[in-house]
Amino acid sequence: MQMQTLEPILSQHPFFQGIDRQYLALLAGCASNVVFHPNEHLMREGEPANHFYIIRQGRVSIEIAAPGQGAIPLQTVGEGEILGWSWIVPPYRWHFDGRAIQLTRAIALDAECLRGKCEADHDLGYDLLKRFAIVMAQRMSATRLQLLDLYGVNDTA
Amino acid sequence: MQPRLYRVTRVRREIRDTCTLDMEPADGSPIPGFTPGQFNMLYVFAVGEVPISISGSPQAGNQLVHTVRAVGAVSRRICSLKKGDLLGVRGPYGSHWPVAESSGKGLIIAAGGIGLAPLRPVLYQVQAQRESFGQVILLYGARSPSDILFPRELERWKLAGVEVKVTVDRSAAGWSGPVGVVTSLIPRLTFDPLNAVAMICGPEVMMRFTIVQLNQRGVTDDRIFISMERNMKCGIGFCGHCQYGPSFICQDGPVLPFSRVRNLFGVREV
Repeated sequence: MQMQTLEPILSQHPFFQGIDRQYLALLAGCASNVVFHPNEHLMREGEPANHFYIIRQGRVSIEIAAPGQGAIPLQTVGEGEILGWSWIVPPYRWHFDGRAIQLTRAIALDAECLRGKCEADHDLGYDLLKRFAIVMAQRMSATRLQLLDLYGVNDTA
Repeated sequence: MQPRLYRVTRVRREIRDTCTLDMEPADGSPIPGFTPGQFNMLYVFAVGEVPISISGSPQAGNQLVHTVRAVGAVSRRICSLKKGDLLGVRGPYGSHWPVAESSGKGLIIAAGGIGLAPLRPVLYQVQAQRESFGQVILLYGARSPSDILFPRELERWKLAGVEVKVTVDRSAAGWSGPVGVVTSLIPRLTFDPLNAVAMICGPEVMMRFTIVQLNQRGVTDDRIFISMERNMKCGIGFCGHCQYGPSFICQDGPVLPFSRVRNLFGVREV
């Protein structure tokens, strides 16, 4: 029942646009609906990256814990976006914390399930790696722009 | 070239280094009409003159409004002016945002930092004539929550039917909105790219990356307008300081269609 529910949702998501239809069934087999309440953590730095998430509703803050400063928010990920690339990068442990700052509903894709399928079918693995490379490139580009402090002293418009 | 004398009628401290001045002609005569996007040369006696975009409403009666960021000798002096002080004004100069020309279309207004000030007249016009436009989206990126300009007006524009989306580069305690660069808001938008006109103002790097995202969503260069900034001195196309390829920003700009300057935009030496 759950596979019939999530496969259409995955097929309509822009992240999976153009993916081979046979892979959608595989992905749906690793997928489940999840809910996180405000301040609940989806991930903790250093812990096993057991999932990646498709955020359907809500907002997650990607944070880093610094001694004496608490949790420092770096970026937020919201509705329609993909959260989590650590699952596909060895040693498959989260690089940052992820905390729901609103009630957040997501589709969780089981990393171990997916890594197994990728090892068995390298075409699937390559396809997913290409898609996640785009996500990582976008996050890195956005982070670099944030580092520029564009609206700092030199912003005069 | 002769400045007209204006008297400051009100000074508002906006965010930490930014002020808004209301002023009126010292001789009581009407202020010249202007269109959103234009600028004036503001002259502080014995200090100097700077180009500042008009940030008030074209329908605001006889008050001229400018929002100024205090980053240099003249702008710092402007922000220390008090009610009753005099300054010189030349203008209005330059091109305007294609607000009237975009009637019936959707608008994507993207502002970064102080870039919201030159776009505020557009939002005033949208607010006054909301039925003339389709979907109107304001994307605004600020450094931090305490650097968000015109917070009360952001709420008023929401009530006027503008989709307002604000993000900050650095979060702070109590902020529950998006954190990230303003370009990150674009992939999540729901809009008709074939019917949208984009107006962008902010640091040039921000405009460059915003345009990339808009292009990826299907907004073509002929429907993207930017506000360029170069070192303006005379404001009337004489001195050449603001030359941008074959154009003078003071006369052909500051608002330019991106399709016209696309080839220059990535040239580092221009």
